[in-house]
Parts: sequence; structure tokens; C-alpha cells
Amino acid sequence: MRWFGPHLKIAIGVALVAGMAFVALFADWLAPHDPYAQNLMLRLRPPVWADRGSWAYPLGTDNFGRDLLSRLIHGSRLSIAVGMLAMAVALTIGTALGLLAGYLGGRVEQVIMRFADAYQAIPEILLAIVIVAVFGGGITVLILVLGFAGWETYTRVVFNLTRSLRERPFVEAAIASGAGGRYIMARHILPQMVPILTVIATLQVAQLILQETALSFLGLGLPPPTATWGNILAEGRDRLLVAPWIANLAGGAIILLVLGVNLLGNGLRETLDPKRADRS
Amino acid sequence: MRYLLRRLLLVPIPLLLVVAFVFVVLRLTGDPVAIYLGLDATPEQEALLRAELHLDEPIPVQFGYFLWDLLQGDFGTSIQFKTAAMDIVFERLQATLVLLSLGLTLAIVLGVLAGIACAVWKDRLPDFAISILAVAGQSMPSFWLGILLIQFFALELGWLPTSGRGGWEHLVLPTVTLATFLVPNFVLVTRISVLETTREQFVTTARARGAGAGRALWLHVLPNAINPVVSLVGLQLGRLMGGAVVTETIFAWPGVGRLMVSAIFQRDVPIVIASVFIVAVTIVVANLLVDLLQAAIDPRIRMR
Repeated sequence: MRWFGPHLKIAIGVALVAGMAFVALFADWLAPHDPYAQNLMLRLRPPVWADRGSWAYPLGTDNFGRDLLSRLIHGSRLSIAVGMLAMAVALTIGTALGLLAGYLGGRVEQVIMRFADAYQAIPEILLAIVIVAVFGGGITVLILVLGFAGWETYTRVVFNLTRSLRERPFVEAAIASGAGGRYIMARHILPQMVPILTVIATLQVAQLILQETALSFLGLGLPPPTATWGNILAEGRDRLLVAPWIANLAGGAIILLVLGVNLLGNGLRETLDPKRADRS
Repeated sequence: MRYLLRRLLLVPIPLLLVVAFVFVVLRLTGDPVAIYLGLDATPEQEALLRAELHLDEPIPVQFGYFLWDLLQGDFGTSIQFKTAAMDIVFERLQATLVLLSLGLTLAIVLGVLAGIACAVWKDRLPDFAISILAVAGQSMPSFWLGILLIQFFALELGWLPTSGRGGWEHLVLPTVTLATFLVPNFVLVTRISVLETTREQFVTTARARGAGAGRALWLHVLPNAINPVVSLVGLQLGRLMGGAVVTETIFAWPGVGRLMVSAIFQRDVPIVIASVFIVAVTIVVANLLVDLLQAAIDPRIRMR
């Protein structure tokens, strides 16, 4: 089974992700209709391959007569944007804290790492629920909730790497030649971690997209009528008997994107970090 | 013994974090009275609640009162149900725990068996097929899986009920949904742990002394490979709770998760706080049990 190696995984992953990114970027041109235009005369039209389907609405329409294909195309934007931005939040906070803890050591390390341990014991869904309960849903709230839930993975990895890199000769040489802590962290330590952080960040984006769609599905994400995949799936759930395609097409869109990101991340891990690929 | 004490000392920290977090979020939004009462409250009601919540005191004192109330189990009165929020949450907790324990058990059994199969037939068809299924499972939104199961087993075949609580047949689909969400991680961790333990010298020694492949696997490899799987249970508890919220919502299962979500829409803050706190306590206690179980299995942990 050697042929299903990292290169094939990366190729499939890149194809899926690039396809979705293309759709998201050119959503305005690709979507055949306005995703928010309601037409009650055209409610719950089936997709083109079903009996009453037509090419005017290739994937059918929803309960308000909105074109499902256009809503799915626009939904890709939000999922990708929220996933990437939340990852950036988690990556920035987590890496900064990990670098500080690993480079400074001592009491700073104790405080940061114990905090990370305690934080990990708290289910992120609880934080999300409290925040949404008080502030309501919105794109900024959503990105921050997801970003603040995922930082401690980076902290732990960056901390361990920084601690071992600190002892390496090239860092000692930099210290001896008078470089300051901030310079060493930015120029000598951080670049060493780019491969492993890329892998973790990619795999995290997949998880974040799933969490975003789950929060939307629960009604804790962006409020309807916003076209998110989670919202479309939630609306489709209430029409399973008459219009099962709504929920299933939204679910299919989610799994294609997340599978692409996961394959890309796994492939990258096997190429960039072959020694650790068998673990974690 | 020292390990036990040190571990027990760590229990309150995550709980304090949760409480402080809830407190800060409530106070950050400005006036908690507005959140608790909603828009149609009279000035008399507001004044009463303001005194009751000690909002005229300095912030640290307010936090003290907040903590004290929580420790006594006083989360206030639910706005929807008009009774003590804690009683309602405890009533629902049992349903959630049934679902969680069944889902977790199924996930561990399936995941460990599949992971062992992968390790035994490494790079052959079973490993390949199970690994692909595991990645697909990791990419599957659990709410869609639940909906697919409803469409097929409840609507199409009519074998199982779509939702609600009742006999064992109501438990099948929610348990399978929750377990599928967790299985992939158990597969991957078991696979790697078994593969790594197989390379250990004591396994080679056992084989050299005449133990067959099966005997070496069950008596020498597995007892030593199981610990990462146990620690994964601890790491997965948070995700498990997230999965429970989603699963309960899909199948209208009357647990804490569904209660929390509906309380948000009803602006029922006492219920939200009570369920968040009680779920956090449950998770922290479960984490403690996992750690103690690990120490019991592996003497190396007790020595640290």
C-alpha cells in the first residue's frame, strides 16, 4: 500500500483545498443566483438529477426558495475565513507564550505552562457557550472563541522545542556575540519551527472548520439567514422528510473541504517530519 | 501517595479558571442585571437583583460572593422553569452521563480493536483500509452523521426512533454518532502505541524465550501499550462534551448539552452558569480518575 504515500495525500488535499478556495474567492461570479434572494413560488425545488429538478437551480432550493448552490458557494467563504483566522489567533498566542516560557524559563515558565495545563482541562464548548450566551453570535466573537480555545497545543510544542534549541551551539554562539533575547527568538529559534508549526496549523484548520460548522448548526455561530454550511444543514434537518438533499449537500460540502485539509496536513507531516510521522 | 496528594492539589485550578472566566464575561458586558432580567424588567426588580448580586460592593468582594454562592450550589433561579437552576441541571445530568459513558465505551472498544488490527497488519490491506476510514471519520461532521443515520435507520427502514428518550432503541443512534466522532483518534493512538511497544526489547526477549506472536501481543505488548490510550481518554473529555452537546441536539436527548443550548436562546443565564459549572466539575473529576487509573496501571507514573 506504499502508493498511498504522502505525495498522493498532498496532491488530493491540495486539489480539494484549492478547488474550495477558488470557489470561495470567486463566489460572486460563480454563484448563479443571489444567495439571499427569496422566492416563495420556488420553495423546496429538488436538485437537477431528481424528477422535478431543473438546470435553473442545479442543486435545488431551500424552504424560502433560495438557490442552494449559491448558498453553498457563499458558505465556503465563511468556513474558510473563520477557520484560517481562528487558526492565526491560536497560532500567534500559543507560539508567543511557548517561546516566552521556553526561552525565559523559571517563574514565567511555571506560570505559563501550569496555566496551559489547567486551560486544557476546560472543554472549549463551555467557553463558547458562555461567550455566545452573553455577547451573542457574530463573526468576530466566533473567530475569537475558536482561536482562544486552541492555543495551548502550540504553546506545548513551541515550549519543548525552544527549550531544546536554546542549548544548541548556534543559539549559544548568538548569545555570546551579544544578540538580545528578542532577536534570537525571532531569527534563530522561530525559523526552526516553521515546518512543525505548518503541520499543526493545517491539521488545526480542519478541526476549526468542523467546530465552526458545529457551532453554526447549534445556532451559536453566525445567525440566520447568513449562508454558512452549518446553518444550511440545520435548516435542512427540519425538512429531512421533504427535502433531504439540503442537509446532505451541505454535509457533503463540509466533509470535502475538511477531508482535503486533513489529507494535506497528514501528507505534510509525513514529508516534513518523517521521524515523528509514525507518532502523534 | 505523594502522587495522589499532588494530583488532588491540582483539581481546583481549572475550576477556578472557569469561575473567574464566567465572572469576567458577565461583568465585561456592563450591567449583569440587564442580562439576568431582560428588557421588560421594572426598576423595583432591578434594585432588588442589584442588592441580591452585591453589585454595590467592590469587584473583589463581588467575586467572593459569586464564588461563595457557587460553592453552596446556589446558581440562582431559572428564568424558564422558575425553580433552582442546580436542581434542573442535576436532573438532566444523568441522561448526559448515560450517553457519554455508552459512547465512550463503544469508541474505546472499536478504536482499540481497530488500532491493534492496523498494527498487526501494518502496511497491509487492513491497516490501509482502517487508516483511510479513520481520516474520513476525522473529517466527518458528527451532526451530519447523526442526520444520515436518522434518514437511513429511522426514516427509510423505520427500525429505530428518530429522537427522544425511552427504551434501549432510543440509545442506539445517539451512541453510534457520539462514538464515531471519537473512534478515529483511538485507532491512531492505539496503532502507534502498539507499534512502538512491539519494538521494545522485552518483547524481543519474550519472543526469544519461545512466546508465540499472539501470546507476545496479548501478554507483553498490550499491557504496556494501553497507557497512551488511557491518557487519550482524559484528553478527549472536552471533545466528548462538545460531541454530546451536538448529539443531544440532533436526537432531542434530554441532557445537559441540549439544556445549555436552549437556555442560551431563552437568555436563561442561571441555567447557563449552573450547567457550565457542573459540567466543568464533572470533567475535572473524570480527568482526575483517568490520571489515577494511569498511575495504577503504570508504576513509572507514581514514581515521578
